Amino acid sequence: MAVLLIAEHNNKDLRPFTLNAATAASQIDADVHAVIIGQNSETAAKKLSELPLIKKVISIEAPHYENFTAENFAPAIVKIAGNYSHIVCSANTFGKNLMPRIAAHLDTSQVSDIIKVISPDTFLRPIYAGNAFATVKTNDAKKCITIRPTSFEPCESSGGTATIEKGEAAEEFSNTKFIKREEIKSDRPELGTARIVVSGGRGMQSGDNFKLITEVADKLGAAIGASRAAVDAGYISNDHQVGQTGKVVVPDLYIAIGISGAIQHLAGMKESKVIVAINKDGEAPIFSVADYGLEADLFEALPQFMAELNKLNTIQK
Amino acid sequence: MKILVAVKRVIDYNVQIRVKEDGSGVVTDNVKMSTNPPDDNAIEEAVKIKEAGKATEIVAITVGEEKAQETVRKALAVGADKGIHVKTEGALEPLAVSKIIQKIVEKEKPDLVFMGKQAIDDDCNQTGQMLSALLNWPQATFASNIEIKDNFLEVTREIDEGLETIQINIPAIVTCDLRLNEPRYASLPNIMKAKKKPIEEINVSDLRIDIKPRIEQLKVEEPPKRKAGIKVANVAELVQKLKNEAKVI
Repeated sequence: MAVLLIAEHNNKDLRPFTLNAATAASQIDADVHAVIIGQNSETAAKKLSELPLIKKVISIEAPHYENFTAENFAPAIVKIAGNYSHIVCSANTFGKNLMPRIAAHLDTSQVSDIIKVISPDTFLRPIYAGNAFATVKTNDAKKCITIRPTSFEPCESSGGTATIEKGEAAEEFSNTKFIKREEIKSDRPELGTARIVVSGGRGMQSGDNFKLITEVADKLGAAIGASRAAVDAGYISNDHQVGQTGKVVVPDLYIAIGISGAIQHLAGMKESKVIVAINKDGEAPIFSVADYGLEADLFEALPQFMAELNKLNTIQK
Repeated sequence: MKILVAVKRVIDYNVQIRVKEDGSGVVTDNVKMSTNPPDDNAIEEAVKIKEAGKATEIVAITVGEEKAQETVRKALAVGADKGIHVKTEGALEPLAVSKIIQKIVEKEKPDLVFMGKQAIDDDCNQTGQMLSALLNWPQATFASNIEIKDNFLEVTREIDEGLETIQINIPAIVTCDLRLNEPRYASLPNIMKAKKKPIEEINVSDLRIDIKPRIEQLKVEEPPKRKAGIKVANVAELVQKLKNEAKVI
């Protein structure tokens, strides 16, 4: 039986982690179908059909699918689940919200947030904020899997020509109503997929001071991250939070500024290729994972950092 | 209105966990245990709603071994009225826990069920959503703000792109984010009073549901360690290393 990938999209574009989830799905079984649930979502469905890994697209449309609610999406997927051995999507807030609702309807024990496919029924997943890795084997006939997107490369996004079939909508769930979504628009790269992330913590002392980070991020073409402490203190909005209960990022370069490095923050960034820590407390745990540590007052170091960057002839983008 | 709040006992969030040498799990003997942090937010929110005169009763439930009852006792000290401890042994999967809570919901008939969005031990992030599915109730996950209206809630959810607001009719499930509120500490008099509050003990076998694990944990191991880094003397050296050694800028 084939693997069913649940596409995440906004009716026009695929959300980028759909490509990472497609890669993971293809490692379970080469026969990957993708379902897209939406309203007026032809453009996104077409883009999905162009992923070379996808053999067939099922498009399910209805007015109540214009916005995503797990209560509406789950029954539509349950309707077609009989044809599939696995159901797969990203372990971001989309998949975390949706997949358990599907799994419970199917009486399946979900495997969350896998970082490696060992075999079609055996997976590696982090537990305890990534301080241990568990190898788990699921014995359920139907397997519901969410994947950690940063642990799988995004697949090719063009060249495929999968057929697009219409699927049947499920009844509307009337007890939940979508009201609004406040998306923070930014010209910067998305935090989850950025090549460089510059993050600030409690040491920033105020939201205003984050402009020191913004300048560096703009210079480097980087996304901006934050520790939970900085978000809780109101320095920056929640979508920037990196950590166990925020986003997991694996950039080529992660620069942690004024972040002490609690276990929960390290969970979200310690797989980054190169880690830089700037902190005035030389004993801060962040230095234990940093490739380059600078013990300094960030209010002196950041302007110097900008000045040094400005001296460079070229900066990779 | 009656609110059921589910709490889980986990290794304290400040503890650096250790993997057992035989790969069978992590060391829990002589390790500090606490209530799962976002479950504290769930209790706090229920207590605030009751203090605002919008709820009449708060029932705290936990599922687990004998000592799990400590988490219910703590919830009682913070303001829950009554506790339920469903006694089980061994590891439980979220699907089993949600089936157990479903049984309790059918008996207690709460209007709302609150719990943390994720347990910090297994990091599954499933139980609330699964319970919602089993009950066919609305679910508001990752809640950072809850407004109680007449017969519905308006909930702000933290999502990857920012914030989302949904309206859910009661009865409903809410899973709480750490930013929902600031959990209070129990005062000593309230801790003493909580000792007199009732905790109903239920043996899981009496609920007659299948809680057998479906997932085998084959091995638990330490993640690969990062190799030790260096301290640089100044910003100029840092930028030079990033440019010429790590070649990332």
